[in-house]
Amino acid sequence: MSHLPYLTAGWIMLVGVYGMVTSRDLVHAVVCLSVTQSGTYVLLLSIGYRSGATAPVFSDRPPGGRPVTDPVVQAMTLTDIVVGATVTALLLALAVQVAKRRGTLDPGGLRSLES
Amino acid sequence: MKARARTLLFAAGAAGTGALFAAGALELPGFGGPSHPYGDRAVREALGTGTANVVSSVNFDQRAFDTIGEELILLASALGAVVLLRVVRSEEEDDGAAHRHGPAEVSDALRIVGYLLLPLTLMAGVYIVAHGARSPGGGFQGGVVLGTAVHLLYLAGDYPALRRLRPIPVFEAAEALAAGAFVALGLAAAGQVPALNAVVGAEVGCALVLLIGKFFERALLVREPPEPP
Amino acid sequence: MILQLTVAVPVLVAALLAAAGRWLPRLVVDASAVLAVAAVTALAAVTLARSPHGAQVTWLGGWGPGTGVGIPLVADPLAAALALLTALLTLAALMFSWRFFTEVQAIFHTLLLLFLAAMCGFVYTGDLFDAFVFFELMSVVAFALTGYRSEEPSTVHGALNFGIIASLGAYLTLAGIGLVYARTGELGLAAIGRQLPGHGDALVTAAFVLICTGYLVKAAAVPFHFWLADAHAVAPTPVCVLFSGVMVELGVYGIARTYWAAFDGLVPLRGVAVLGAAAALLGAVMCVLQSHIKRMLAYSTISHVGLLLAGVAARSPDALAGTAYSLAGHAGVKAALFLAAGALLNRHETVDEHDLRGRGRSMPVTGAVFLLGALGLAGLPPSGLWAGHAVTEHAAGHIGWWWFTPLAVASSALTAGAVLRVWYRVFRAGPAGDGPPDGGGRGHEDPETRRSLRSLPWTMVAPGAVLLAAGLLSGLIPGGPVATAAAAFADHGAYAGLVLDDSVPQLHAPPADPWTAPGLAGAAVSLLLAVVVAVHALRRPARRSRPDPARPLRRAAHATARRLHALHSGHIGDYAAWLTAGVAVLALLTTRP
Repeated sequence: MSHLPYLTAGWIMLVGVYGMVTSRDLVHAVVCLSVTQSGTYVLLLSIGYRSGATAPVFSDRPPGGRPVTDPVVQAMTLTDIVVGATVTALLLALAVQVAKRRGTLDPGGLRSLES
Repeated sequence: MKARARTLLFAAGAAGTGALFAAGALELPGFGGPSHPYGDRAVREALGTGTANVVSSVNFDQRAFDTIGEELILLASALGAVVLLRVVRSEEEDDGAAHRHGPAEVSDALRIVGYLLLPLTLMAGVYIVAHGARSPGGGFQGGVVLGTAVHLLYLAGDYPALRRLRPIPVFEAAEALAAGAFVALGLAAAGQVPALNAVVGAEVGCALVLLIGKFFERALLVREPPEPP
Repeated sequence: MILQLTVAVPVLVAALLAAAGRWLPRLVVDASAVLAVAAVTALAAVTLARSPHGAQVTWLGGWGPGTGVGIPLVADPLAAALALLTALLTLAALMFSWRFFTEVQAIFHTLLLLFLAAMCGFVYTGDLFDAFVFFELMSVVAFALTGYRSEEPSTVHGALNFGIIASLGAYLTLAGIGLVYARTGELGLAAIGRQLPGHGDALVTAAFVLICTGYLVKAAAVPFHFWLADAHAVAPTPVCVLFSGVMVELGVYGIARTYWAAFDGLVPLRGVAVLGAAAALLGAVMCVLQSHIKRMLAYSTISHVGLLLAGVAARSPDALAGTAYSLAGHAGVKAALFLAAGALLNRHETVDEHDLRGRGRSMPVTGAVFLLGALGLAGLPPSGLWAGHAVTEHAAGHIGWWWFTPLAVASSALTAGAVLRVWYRVFRAGPAGDGPPDGGGRGHEDPETRRSLRSLPWTMVAPGAVLLAAGLLSGLIPGGPVATAAAAFADHGAYAGLVLDDSVPQLHAPPADPWTAPGLAGAAVSLLLAVVVAVHALRRPARRSRPDPARPLRRAAHATARRLHALHSGHIGDYAAWLTAGVAVLALLTTRP
């Protein structure tokens, strides 16, 4: 069972893509994209976990005691979260404009861009 | 493509993608294992420079260039929202909106809680930013608290006060300057973790205010043009 | 220091413009942006000149290789050349937009500068996660730039499709990076290359496929390519120059860099070759089927970048040298063609080939750009595309890729034929008798300027002319340095030595030589076929009244065309489903038998 967290991360990513494939609303599709991204958080954090370890902060205890979890994946996850939040904001802004200009958010109801 | 065909295509693709990922993941070192070479090096170097919060040390010192890129993403998406959500020729801003969206009918309890929480939340945000080098927290987390704190005013029903509190052009300029300062600091001198934390806090806070402000404008202030007869 | 400055200069100027743009006069904004890009151009040129002699490597913040935690910026000659190309194209885009836009504060300039910084950062970084961050920065700026004219419905729709698919690809890349990190405990490309075992396994395959997916989405390999046409057709013209000229190519660069620095010999590149070849073919066919000129050029980009992908997948330094030639030639020619399309849009408020029939007769320079651009796409010597095809075909022949030459000829001929057809119809043919009234055609678009300019200013003509000349002459770049640079790029020991030990590789490769008989013959065939394609397309309506022996054939062709159009539906769910299918195909082809 020691690989279950990784497989869970992959599952979350696929579920997000499934949501995008079947989505009938572009806002919903953007949120599904965030779900896919959440899978990457789970993957990164579970890669960095160490059994019995504590947070990599040494303000209230001396170094060399309990082991700590991997700080690098935590920093990467933090970066990833900020990236994800801003991308989502931008995509939602686009979705707002699509709704304004096309009058619908249903991807099936949007006119093809192919001439 | 028909919905059914699309789902079938996805099912086939997902089967392949899932098999690929699972096969790879099963060869990873087991969950919770002891081997984290990069993590150990990062802890060693962080302690060497006296930054107690190793995550902050990685973000703002050892791998500060990642964070520069990330700050620029924030700047770009805030600017993108300004462009995308701008009021265009065919629409006009509703001057009466400020009145229409004046102090709204919310319960006194909500109003009082909102006003009371505002200074406290702002203070908490500043604390989280300022102590990011030593304790859990940092510029991002504190910046998010700061950026969302001012919107307590909206929850308290006082949108005009919120508009007065956050003049958009000022926040736009402040955000860009903070991003510039971060790049200059980050590339000029290593090891400025507290200063970089503060700059990031300012940028994240301003960017959030700007983004949310633009969405508010779109939702509350833009009037559709009258239909041509 | 010079490498940091390449990224920092545009960023700092961008931040100042974003802060003060709304109070600055337009002239100051334009001038400072152009100066910043000119500075980056100079820095990249200096880096390129120095790179063969001294190691151009900077460990940021002083966290050198001994600490094992820092991020290096690395400029080998090919990377420096790519940064130089990026800066030059940005300069052209800025010049073109000098009098082009109704400006929202100074945001367009800010975004262009950030775009330049992102691309330079991506090219120079020697760290896998850092590459992801700058790749995302590039994407985010690109979404915003695509949707810049947000009052047009198709613009925001195209930008949203682009945004969702590119982000999805990038997250898969990040998952792949996570897998590599878990195995090696490294993020630096050179360090990963030294840590990975001597033979691939399922983990290495999965990591490589996932990392590649994001890059292949950028590089628009089939079936990840749908976003490209949607986005290129609607993005502002100066932005298309950067998209087609270098952003899409950076996906190819990402795969090449990741493969040779970290995965050399561990995985086959069969999947990349197949998807690239499919893009070359499908892009070329779709290109011929378009009448919207910007969309046509977008499909032609898909086709040519597919050839670049196949060139990288050949895994030989010679093919890589050819690919470098092709990249340079394509960037110049395609950028010039997009700028010419922008000029048409500016004068006539449409880029529909039929609406524009005969209306370009008063624009001789733009017409010449279209004609020469078409010939350049077909591979007229000494264009970069000609040199690239000649060198790559030679290398592909060595490894038994018999299909590469016909593919390259077909895709060159079809894409060039389509552009040639546009040239004849718009700039040579008489106006249609029953054509739509001015500006009222089906392809009407709002102009990108406040009002149509009375005549084209030189700032809108000169960049295209210069880029076209550069593209048409880039086959003359001496083959010695190109071959040496490609050999150093395609040697993972040399890269690790450069990054970790500061040693400049001393490799001696035989110079790339495009002046071969097969190369010239290939160019001649492509040119001839391009003319045939164009003539056939132009004559078709005239023959329709006569009895037609090939009627069933034609009907089948029409049905296929309709089906192809329907495939590119603009539906985001379709695109996401195709993406997973693409990953599965890539996985199947990359798994060793």
